[in-house]
This record gives sequence, structure tokens and C-alpha cells, in this order.
Amino acid sequence: MQALYAQLLVGLINGSFYALLSLGLAVIFGMLNIINFAHGALYMMGAFVAYFLLNIGGISYWWALLLAPVIVGIFGMILERTMLQWLTGLDHLYGLLLTFGIALIVQGVFQNYFGSSGLPYSIPDQLRGGMNLGFMFLPIYRGWVVIFSLVVCFATWFLIEKTRLGAYLRAATENPTLVRAFGINVPRMITLTYGLGVGLAALAGVLSAPINQVRPLMGADLIIVVFAVVVIGGMGSIMGSIITGFALGVIEGLTKYFYPEASNTVVFVLMVLVLLVKPTGLTGRAA
Amino acid sequence: MTALTDDTLPVTPRAMRDEMILFVVMALLLASVPFTGVYPFFVMQALCFALLACAFNLLIGYGGLLSFGHAMFMGTAGYCSAHALKVWALPPELGVLVGIAAAFVLSLITGYISIRRQGIYFSMITLALSQLLYFIYLQAPFTHGEDGIQGIPQGHMFGVLDLSKPTVLYYVVLVGFLAGFLLIYRIINSPFGEVLKSIRENEPRAISLGYRTDQYKFLAFVLSGTLAGFAGALKVFVAQNASLTDVHWSMSGEVVLMTLVGGLGTIFGPVVGAFVIIAMQQYLAGFGQWVTVIQGSIFVICVLTFRRGVIGEIAHYFRRSL
Repeated sequence: MQALYAQLLVGLINGSFYALLSLGLAVIFGMLNIINFAHGALYMMGAFVAYFLLNIGGISYWWALLLAPVIVGIFGMILERTMLQWLTGLDHLYGLLLTFGIALIVQGVFQNYFGSSGLPYSIPDQLRGGMNLGFMFLPIYRGWVVIFSLVVCFATWFLIEKTRLGAYLRAATENPTLVRAFGINVPRMITLTYGLGVGLAALAGVLSAPINQVRPLMGADLIIVVFAVVVIGGMGSIMGSIITGFALGVIEGLTKYFYPEASNTVVFVLMVLVLLVKPTGLTGRAA
Repeated sequence: MTALTDDTLPVTPRAMRDEMILFVVMALLLASVPFTGVYPFFVMQALCFALLACAFNLLIGYGGLLSFGHAMFMGTAGYCSAHALKVWALPPELGVLVGIAAAFVLSLITGYISIRRQGIYFSMITLALSQLLYFIYLQAPFTHGEDGIQGIPQGHMFGVLDLSKPTVLYYVVLVGFLAGFLLIYRIINSPFGEVLKSIRENEPRAISLGYRTDQYKFLAFVLSGTLAGFAGALKVFVAQNASLTDVHWSMSGEVVLMTLVGGLGTIFGPVVGAFVIIAMQQYLAGFGQWVTVIQGSIFVICVLTFRRGVIGEIAHYFRRSL
């Protein structure tokens, strides 16, 4: 039973990363109509920025949690201003190809300087150790990751679905020309949205740094699974991304316990099954 | 939304003649390679990728469908051919057939699943399916995991052509490539190809004209996947191995890059693109990981500045379809 609970916890943690990443993808897709293939690379950058902050600047994990998303977010906004904005009105496949190119460049540069092996990032002192829940031993850091990412996910959901800024954002997604006519600076909003989505990816990167090592290809491995999560969820709603992300993480964890050979493939198998029954995905609108 | 490719030029008899002349020039140039100092192994490898890129281009350039998992057809055909040749000890021609058949079956299944979604979703589904296969091949016993299937016997094709001789092998691969290329050319210029182009330009209109567009797209997917499998089966004889790199998603990315550099939706573009990219990998290998950075930069530059690709720009300049 111990092992089952441990796998469930691992599943929840992976689910947190899936949720944060697919949430960012959904936000970006909504405003820019681009599947951000660079998302995995930016997630990796988040982890590396946290690593640099600690080892070069002596800045702790807690500040990195705030600073890394901001720094990577600014980098993302520069990308949007200098490259992505030129794709407005073109077939959306060009967005995929451009961001794929960006991902190759970013990952290639990091691989050159840091090889392919991982760099360690230690768990902050306050979150070390664990507690005995009676039925299992819970490392505190892992519990923290799950709770923190849940809070961030719901804050993002609240921001987009319940606030005035979010209302502008959703309106601009539906009809940018009309929203501009009301005097709202839509291009700036698009830039900020890209920054927000990228920031979420970087945040996931910081959270993952102490658990998984900091590696140049950490995002490349993860992003394909996240794409599968997005296909299953259908990217129709913010809430859909969050729930699908966590649910698939847990299913993956359960598979690791009951039938480990399939743990790498279960998400893709589920994707196939979901598509056969419901081609638009679980919460999807028609593409 | 602008169209994905620059195909506003009408196909006139004159354009067809241009294309045929170019084809003959290309065939003669390639046929003369063994008499020049060019390393034939490099050209053979490029030919296999050129055929793969042409097959891929059939789907995106004429159907508007960006498959981001096309390496799975090449890889699957490669594994099946290699297994047939090495373990079942089949003769080369049957080994190729096994690979093609495997790619055909795979494209039936993956096409059925993926064709119902459009645009980016289609790309992501093909990507995820190819990753599913990657993990299966990583664990399946017959692929030998990380080692791959190595030391594949080349044998005698049709009992007479000794494939262990580089020149013989070269011409076999060249004939295979030219046959595949002509088949794709024929498909593009058939009534089926015209319907495909109309779907790419405006799918709702094609539906309103009474075409069952899903069936056309499905058929294009199966044709493209099977031809990609043919490229994979040929590659087994050239490389004498089948390994995981051929199924990995980065290979699918390379195929996209080749087609993009040469020109999406042009007939000769994928061939030029494949030669450019394979030459780059060959000669820039000393730069190690910087090759990835260079490839990424090419992606970015192509998308931002010359979306038509090399051949596409030339064709646009001369107002011909090439």
C-alpha cells in the first residue's frame, strides 16, 4: 500500500506540472492562436534561472519562485515583440514552426554550456524532511509542490474568468478589432498574455528543480506529454486544462504501480481512446 | 488567414513541360554521381530523406495537413524491413515490401485517429502518436531497445543485384527514389490531387461542393505514410541498421525543416531541402550541439523572412510552378 500512495503522490506532482504547463499553453493559444512549442524550453529556462540565482547570486529558492517567472516572462515578451507578432494573420502552423525553431535554439545553447547531464538544486531548508501521515511518509517538499501549484492554477483561473482584466482578455480573444475600438491596447495585452503563459512555464520549472535535476532537455521530454494532455483535455477551457492535467498525472501514477511497463505510454493510449470516442477532446470546442 | 503555400500559379502545359525538363535534369545529375568524386553514401542518405520529405510534402503542401510525427512511418518501416531481412532472412525485395506494408497498416490506424482533427490539433496528435510508438519500440524485444537492429545483410535484390557493391546499391536507391518521386508527381496532378488542393485552400467550400473531404484527407495521409515507409525501407540498406533515432520526434522535426527550407507545396523543394539539411549535418558535425542551434535558427529565419523556401522563391520569381 505504501508504494501505491507513493506513486499517487508522484502522479499528483507530475499532474501539477502538466496542469501548469497546459494552462500556460491554453492561455497563449487563446490570445495568440499559437501552440507554443517553445514552452518546454522556457520551462527548462525557469529551472536554470533558479539555479543561477542560487549559485551565482546567492538568491534563495523563495525569491527564485518570484524572480524566475518574471525574468523568463520578460524574455518571452521580447520573443513575442520581435518574432511572434509578425505571424499575425498567417496560418497558425507557422507559429508552431517558429516556436519549434526557438525551442531548438534555446535547448541547443544550454546543451552546449551544460551538457546533457543534470545539475543538482537542493531543497530549501524550510521544506526539508517529511511527516508521517500514518498510512504513508510524505516528503514536505512534494506536498508543497502540489498545494502551491493548485493555488497558482486557481489564481490564474480566477484572474481570467472572474476579473475585469480577464474579461477584456476573453473579449479580445473573441473579437480583437471590436475590443480595440473601445480603446484597449490589444497588442500590449497579447504581449502580456504571452509573458503570463511563459511565466507559468518558468514557475513550473522552478518547482521541479529540486525534485528532478536541472537539465537542458528536461522540457523537451515533458512537452510531448503535455501536448497529449492538451489533446485529451481539448484546450477548450482554463478549468479543463487544470483538471485534465492533474487527472492524467494521477492516472500515470496508478499505472506505474499496477503495470509499470505502460507508464510511459498510458497518456498516449488514453489520448487515442478519448479521440476515438470524442474527437474534440473532453472539454474542447470544435477546432 | 493566408494560404500555407504559394500556389496561385495555374498549371499550364508549359509549366508541366518545365517540370518534366527539370525532372530529367535532376535524374541525369543524380545518375552521374558515381562517376564524380562525390561520396555516394552521402547522396544515398540524402535521397532517402528526400523521398521522405516528398511524401511529407504531399500531405502538408497539397493537403494543408502538418504531420509532426512523420518519422514514425520511416522508423516503423525501417524496423520491420530490418527484422524481415535479418531474422526471417527474406530477400531484399520482400524485405522492402514488408516495410511498406507495415507503414501502410500504421498509416491506416494513425490516419483514422488523427484525420478528424484539424490544424494544430492534427499536428499534436500525430506527434503524440509517434511518441507512443517511440516508447513501444524502446521496450519491444524485437527492436533491441537502445542498440537497434544492426548488421543487416544486404543480399542480392531479385537474385542478381548485389547490394553490397556501392554502385549497385546506389542505382537501386536512385531508381526507388525516382519511382517514388514520379508517383507523388502523378498523384499531385491527378483529379484526386486537384481536390486535395481545393481542400487546402478552402475546406468548407470543398464540402459544400459535395466532396467528402475527410476521405480525401485520409487517402492522402495513407499514401504519404506508405511512401514515407518506402523511404524508411530503402534507408535500411543504406545505413544497414534501424535505430530509435529514426522514430524520435526530433527526426520528424528535421523532415519538416527540410520541406520548409526547400519550399512547402513545391515539387522539387523537398528534394533540395533534404540535400541542404543532410549536407549541413555532414559538414557541420564538428560543431557538436551548435548544429541544433543552427537548425533552430534556420527554422526561425525561414518562417520570418522566406516562407516560400528556396524553390518556392525561385518559382515565384519566374512565375512558374516548380
